[in-house]
Amino acid sequence: MIEVVNLSKHYGDKKAVDNVSFKAGDGEVLGFLGPNGAGKSTTMNILTGYISSSGGKALIDGVDILENPVKAKQKIGYLPEIPPLYVDMTVKEYLYFIYDLKKCKLPKISHLQDICSLVKIENVYNRLIKNLSKGYRQRVGLAQALVGNPKVLILDEPTVGLDPKQIIEIRTLIKKLGKNHTVILSSHILSEVQAVCDKIVVINEGKVVANDTEENLSMKLAGDHRLVCRIDGRKEDVLRALKKIDGVDKVVCDSERSGNICDYRIEAKEGTDIRYDIFNAMVENRWYLLGMKSSEMSLEDIFLKLTMGESIPALNDNVSGEEDI
Amino acid sequence: MGAIFRREVKAYFTSPIGYIFIAAFFAYCGIMFSYYSLNSGYTKLDSLFSSLLTIIIVLIPILTMRTISEEKRSRTDQCLLTAPISLGSIVAGKFLAAFLIYVIAVSITAVMAVVVSAFGQPDWNVIVGNIAALLLVGGAYIAIGIFCSSFTENQVVAAVVSFVALIAASFMTTIGDLIPVNAIQTVFQKVSFGERYYAFTYGLFDFSNVVFFLSAIAAFLFLTVRVLEKRRWG
Repeated sequence: MIEVVNLSKHYGDKKAVDNVSFKAGDGEVLGFLGPNGAGKSTTMNILTGYISSSGGKALIDGVDILENPVKAKQKIGYLPEIPPLYVDMTVKEYLYFIYDLKKCKLPKISHLQDICSLVKIENVYNRLIKNLSKGYRQRVGLAQALVGNPKVLILDEPTVGLDPKQIIEIRTLIKKLGKNHTVILSSHILSEVQAVCDKIVVINEGKVVANDTEENLSMKLAGDHRLVCRIDGRKEDVLRALKKIDGVDKVVCDSERSGNICDYRIEAKEGTDIRYDIFNAMVENRWYLLGMKSSEMSLEDIFLKLTMGESIPALNDNVSGEEDI
Repeated sequence: MGAIFRREVKAYFTSPIGYIFIAAFFAYCGIMFSYYSLNSGYTKLDSLFSSLLTIIIVLIPILTMRTISEEKRSRTDQCLLTAPISLGSIVAGKFLAAFLIYVIAVSITAVMAVVVSAFGQPDWNVIVGNIAALLLVGGAYIAIGIFCSSFTENQVVAAVVSFVALIAASFMTTIGDLIPVNAIQTVFQKVSFGERYYAFTYGLFDFSNVVFFLSAIAAFLFLTVRVLEKRRWG
């Protein structure tokens, strides 16, 4: 559905986008992840025909956006970072305008009503856009992208500035839309990409640094051999017993809680699964295993590693999983 | 184009710009009409039409200043430029909307001609020619104003630049006279919008002038499209 081949954009000497290539198939939600200024918006602006590329190709459903922009744009619904809203119009007037602008053929009133109920803006339908809150404006922006039922939806940071409830609603909506549309979603919020996307493209300084599913990315960078366990038992005995387990390299008591309860970080040799042995050790010694969590890299870790060139956070400084037990 | 045209016309009347433009034009016309025709009992409207060039130089930048600059500032250009329409139809829609407001304003001169006809025998051919000329020069100025607006995100900058450009275009002859070379003076005289407009008020309906104004409209709208295009490639 979307094919990007060696896309580049130069501003003078600065390479905003440098040889970016990726594909998104039908009904796929592709997450475009990167720190601020990585080139996400530039890539999206090229894909939608707002700016041109300095090199490479962007095909939307087989149509080159540069060679046949009008035809390609018909297939795209775009929500830019700042929703392009005419604040002097009411929501209704604005959506009517977009409908005419896109030369839509669908039945006007019912189509727009469907969109409004989908993004939940029926209650503000007759209000001026300038009087709407940020959350509603974002939804109106999403509604305008949906007008004409385009095959491809390109959403640039769609949840920025929304409250947590709205974020969840919009994410659910995007997931729902992903069933019938190809969605490209950019974000620097990792949990969002994790929650919504089938596939992730990580971009940094204009270059693609990773392009895979979220599970694969996590798997590639960390396995099941790092665990965090919360155990109720005498600390010294527990440490000794854990170290005795075959394949265990390192055990650290990370934090002591009430009574004998402690969190232990356990690192085993790669490729070994020590979870059964830990369980058995607990049973043997009549200790209580209160929690066990794989401390595999979270998307945050992957992101930092890929975008900042940092090493994989070591076992003893990975604190992200600690409170989740 | 239709969608943009309708939106623009509506926008002129949801903001004060449309009303201010029309009211200011009406007021100035009224003062000039009473001064040149009513007070002096003069049934020819040539002096009125000559005087109107000044007010359109002042007012048209106000009419056109926001056309493209405001779209850029509020990022709504992203909505237009990613819609399945050509750049030409975006610019044409904006031009026609501004031109419609201008036509509404200019229509007052026809009312004044009717008022004059109640007291004497106006020369209708000249009046129609003058109104046509006013529409043509106004159209060209709107095209220049939109062109100036396409360079900046700031409405005030757009208005000031258009104002200076319109003064220059109108009084090209005066500028040319500063250069003591005959050939250059002739060139400046030929491209002077004011010179060509005044020819109409003298009662001369010269088709070359009509073609000149129409070409100017086409040229500046084309240049505006190029500016938008260039921005995409920048």
